[in-house]
Amino acid sequence: MELQSFIKNFAAQFENTDASLFEANTMFHNLDEWSSLIALAIIAMVDEEYDVALKGDEMRNAQTIEDLFAIVKSKL
Amino acid sequence: MAFLQVDKVLIRGISACVPSKVEENKLAYNQRGGDYQSFFNTTGISRRRIATDEVCASDLCYAAAEKLLEDLKWSKDSVDALVFVTQTPDYLSIPATSIILQNRLGLSSDCLAFDIALGCSGWVYGLSVLSAMMQGGTIKRALLLSGETATKFCSPDDKSSYPLFGDAGAVTALEYDSSTESKLCFDLKSDGSGYEAIIIEDGGYRHKFSKESLTMASFGEGIDRRKVDLSLDGMSVFSFGISKAPKVVNSLIEHFNLSKDEIDLYTFHQANLFLNEKIRKKLCLPAEKVLYSLNDFGNTSSASIPLTLLFQKREALQNEHLRHIGCGFGVGLSWGAVYFETDSIVAPPLIEL
Repeated sequence: MELQSFIKNFAAQFENTDASLFEANTMFHNLDEWSSLIALAIIAMVDEEYDVALKGDEMRNAQTIEDLFAIVKSKL
Repeated sequence: MAFLQVDKVLIRGISACVPSKVEENKLAYNQRGGDYQSFFNTTGISRRRIATDEVCASDLCYAAAEKLLEDLKWSKDSVDALVFVTQTPDYLSIPATSIILQNRLGLSSDCLAFDIALGCSGWVYGLSVLSAMMQGGTIKRALLLSGETATKFCSPDDKSSYPLFGDAGAVTALEYDSSTESKLCFDLKSDGSGYEAIIIEDGGYRHKFSKESLTMASFGEGIDRRKVDLSLDGMSVFSFGISKAPKVVNSLIEHFNLSKDEIDLYTFHQANLFLNEKIRKKLCLPAEKVLYSLNDFGNTSSASIPLTLLFQKREALQNEHLRHIGCGFGVGLSWGAVYFETDSIVAPPLIEL
């Protein structure tokens, strides 16, 4: 799996956030649109695209998109 | 692999009882603050039933059992077994509530009775245990009671759990029938690595009740609870549900050579709408075959599958032959799927207490 395609899949869960704001080092919890529903949508995306089950703590503790990417990669 | 097939045991009736007190989530959010619309968009839960202090899960199940026995015209001494699935028993662990219910219902002392302490997967597990005990043919009639008063173990100041749960009790009546071709098929699973995802930390023997158990602590905005209250890691449960529920349904279908299209109704444990719809879509199931009671009752733990069936399909249950798949998943983590049939069963209207 590649970081760039992960970022693209990550960004696709948002509706009102400019695509340019999604980078490897984006602190995603601070995005205006971030919500518990989007967190669930990302967990669902990770399940569908990578067949990985993220835990709540992994989602909460990841700071950047790259952090989350690394967690998913380690569970592949 | 925990596959199980049970022959010659039929579901003869389903009843359910809920408290009459309704709590509207919109009002609760208005009083306590928080974004109701975003809560509703995720969970699909408008309102829930709340038991008063005096009403236990056993009381809800008792009322549902009395009505079902009456409508089935089963004499009290013809019931050979009673199982009560609950995590909110009358007494913490001693004695088992099922035995109190045996006496209260006026059942014979020749009736076996025991509790099963499971939650959202409990109806499927209870059905497997009880029906497997019956297939030898010596236990002819049995009652599976499944009920929870989950609102009693949630902190009202914890928006991550309190608005999700409703109280309910259900009864499923089973009968041995040597002539039936109908079968029950199960696939049952467990993963204790996720035991902390849904937990009440204090009050058991691992962490005994103490003064500190009652200290209120904050876990974020609108999330205040004590260690005797339920802690729910919604994200972990969501992740578990979307992955495991579709897999167990598919494995049940494959193992027992069932035809996905010939199943009339799919009834999943009612967790939250966003999660349940993800499961439905992953399984490519048409919306009209998948039942919900979330909007009106929330998550009713081990009562959710029979309550949902009764709430949405009472007439069809009474008049038609139906093929079902049920799937429970949650606390434990524990999950399982069942194939069963109903043929013109007894299904009294939902009781309010």
